[in-house]
Amino acid sequence: MSTLMNTNSRIRRFGGLKALTDRFTGVELAQTGKQLVLPMVGILVFLGFWHLAAPQVNTSLGSFPGPAQVWEQSGQLWQEHINQRERADKFVTMQKERNARILAENPDAEVKIRSYPGAPTFVDQIVTSLITVMAGFLLATAIAVPLGIVLGLNRHLQAAINPLIQIFKPVSPLAWLPLVTMVVSATYVSDDPMFEKSFLTSMITVTLCSLWPTLINTGVGVAAVNPDLLNVSRVLRLSFWTHVMKVVLPSSVPIIFTGLRVSLGIAWMVLIAAEMLAQSPGLGKFVWDEFQNGSSQSLSRIMAAVLAIGFIGFVLDRVMLMLQKKIAWNE
Amino acid sequence: MSKPHLELTGVEMSFDTPKGSFIALDNINLKIKKGEFVSLIGHSGCGKSTVLNIVAGLLQATKGGCILDGHEINSPGPERAVVFQNHALMPWLTVYENVELAVQQVFRKSMTKQERRSWIHHNLELVNMAHAANKRPGEISGGMAQRVGIARALAMKPSVLLMDEPFGALDALTRAHLQDSLMEIQQDLNNTVIMITHDVDEAVLLSDRIIMMTNGPAAAVGEDLYIDLERPRNRVTLADDPTYVHYRQEVLKFLYEKQRKLESITPRRNNQTTGTNMQKDTVPAAKA
Ligand SMILES: Nc1ncnc2c1ncn2[C@@H]1O[C@H](COP(=O)(O)OP(=O)(O)OP(=O)(O)O)[C@@H](O)[C@H]1O
Ligand SMILES: [Mg+2]
Repeated sequence: MSTLMNTNSRIRRFGGLKALTDRFTGVELAQTGKQLVLPMVGILVFLGFWHLAAPQVNTSLGSFPGPAQVWEQSGQLWQEHINQRERADKFVTMQKERNARILAENPDAEVKIRSYPGAPTFVDQIVTSLITVMAGFLLATAIAVPLGIVLGLNRHLQAAINPLIQIFKPVSPLAWLPLVTMVVSATYVSDDPMFEKSFLTSMITVTLCSLWPTLINTGVGVAAVNPDLLNVSRVLRLSFWTHVMKVVLPSSVPIIFTGLRVSLGIAWMVLIAAEMLAQSPGLGKFVWDEFQNGSSQSLSRIMAAVLAIGFIGFVLDRVMLMLQKKIAWNE
Repeated sequence: MSKPHLELTGVEMSFDTPKGSFIALDNINLKIKKGEFVSLIGHSGCGKSTVLNIVAGLLQATKGGCILDGHEINSPGPERAVVFQNHALMPWLTVYENVELAVQQVFRKSMTKQERRSWIHHNLELVNMAHAANKRPGEISGGMAQRVGIARALAMKPSVLLMDEPFGALDALTRAHLQDSLMEIQQDLNNTVIMITHDVDEAVLLSDRIIMMTNGPAAAVGEDLYIDLERPRNRVTLADDPTYVHYRQEVLKFLYEKQRKLESITPRRNNQTTGTNMQKDTVPAAKA
C-alpha cells in the first residue's frame, strides 16, 4: 500500500518536474544536459574502466596505477611544490638578512645573490613548458603568417616553395632535434646567454614542426580571397600595404586561425618529445626523469603528468578558440 | 557636338585559353554622353561583363581602347566605380565601414574627418540604409547589401557608374524598389551609368539608351536603341504606354528573333529556359 502511494507520488512529482522544465527551458536544459551530463558520464565510465583494468597490468615497477593512486600522487606533487616554495622563500629571506648583516659591518663588501638551488618541481616544469611552447609557437606564427601571405599573393613563388613545404611538413621533431642541438651549440655562443641552450633547442624544434599548418592555411586563405573583393580593392586603388591589411588579411583570418589552432596542438605535442630527448627543463624532462628514477610511485607520477599534458593541451586549444571567436568575423 | 564623354573604339578582346585564343569581343564602338544611362543587354556569355570590365579598367582590351574625358583607360580607378552583381562588401566590416573604406581612399586629402563622416551618412541615406550603418553584411538582406554596394560606389563621386547585373540576384519586389531609387538618385546626381541587365523591362524603364549585343564569340554591338520616354518614369503608367511597349518589343525582337541563341532552338525537356523565355522576358542565364 505504502509502496504504491510512494510510486504514485513519485510519478506525480516527476510529471510536475517535466512540465516545469518544458515550460521554462525545455530546449536549454536538453542542451546543457548534452553539454555537461554526457561528457561526465563518459569520464566516469572511463575512470571505472581504468580502475578495473589497471591492476591487471603488471610491470617491473608494480601494477599499473589506477585513478586513486594517480590522484594521490597529484596531491603529492602539489605538496612538494608548496614545500619547495616555502624552502625557497626561506632561502631568499635568509640570504637577504645575511647580506644586510655583511653590508652593515662593511659597506664596501661584495654580496652574493644566489637563486635557490633546489630542483624544479612539477609545477615549475609545467610553467617552463608553457613558456617554451608559447615562445616556439609565437616564433612559428611570426614566420608562417607573413611568409604565407607572400606565398598566397604570388602564384609563382607558391609553386616554387610548395614542394619544400610538402617535404618538410611531415618531418618528426625527433629528426630535427639533433640538428637543431648541434646548430644551436655551434652558433649561440655568448658569455652571458640570455636563454638556456636547451630552451632554444626545444623552442626551435617546436617552431620547425608547428609552423606548417599556419603557413599552408595562410597561403590558401590569401589565395582564396573573393575575386570581387580583389576587384573592389583595385577599383579603389588601395596601396599594396592597405590592400594586404584591409582586404587580404581580414579575409583570411578565419582560415589562418584554423591553422593556428592545429599548429598550437602540434607545438604542444612536439614540445614534450623535444624536452624528453633534449633533456631541457619542462614536462618532458619530468616524465623522463621519473622514468629513469623507477620508484614505485614513478608510474603514477608519469600518469599524472600525462593527464596534465592532455588537460593543458585542451585548455590551449580552448583559449585559441576563444581568441578566434573574438577576432574572426565569421564566428 | 563636343567630344564624347566616354568612347570605346575598335575594342577587341581575346582570352588565352588552353584551346587557343578565344575572341570574345570584336570591334566594339561606342560613344556615350555625360549623364547618359546606358543598358547593355545580350544573351549570356556574349561579353557584356567583358565590356564593362574593360571600361572599369579591370581588363585590358587586346586591341582598340577606351577614352574617358580625353584620357585613355588602362587601370581601374574610383572615378569609374563598379557595383558588382553580388554586392562585394567586405564581410568583416560594418555597412558604415565598407563605405568608409572607399571614402577614406578617395577623399583622404580633400575632406576633413568630419566631412567624410557626414558624406558617408549622406550616401547611406541616399539608398535608405542609414539605419543599418553598424550592421555587418551577413546581418542584412541581399537587397540591403546591394543598396550598400550602390552607396559605396556613389560615395566615390564617380564620373561613370558601372553596374554588372546589380539587381540580378534579387526578388522582383525588391528589384522594383531599387530600380525606382536608382532612377531618383540618377535624376539628382546625373551620373553617367552603364548597366548590364538580363531584364528587358528593367532596361527600357531605366535607360536613355539600350545597347544590344550580338551573340559571342566575337560579339559586337548589334543594335543601339534610344529610349525617348519622359522622366520621371512610372512603371505602372508606362506598362501600357504604346511607346514603351514598342521599345520593349524592339528589344525582345532583337533577342529572340535576330539573335536567337542556337542552343535554345533545339528543344530540350526539363529545361525551363527554353520556350518560356517569351513570357518571362528575360534572357536565359546559363551561368550562375
Ligand atoms: N578570363 C577568361 N578567360 C577565358 N574566357 C573568358 C574569360 N572571361 C570571359 N571569357 C569568355 O568570354 C565570353 C564573354 O564573357 P562575359 O563574362 O563577358 O559574358 P556575359 O555577357 O557577361 O555573360 P553573363 O550574362 O552570363 O554574365 C564568354 O564566352 C566567356 O566564356
Ligand atoms: Mg556577366
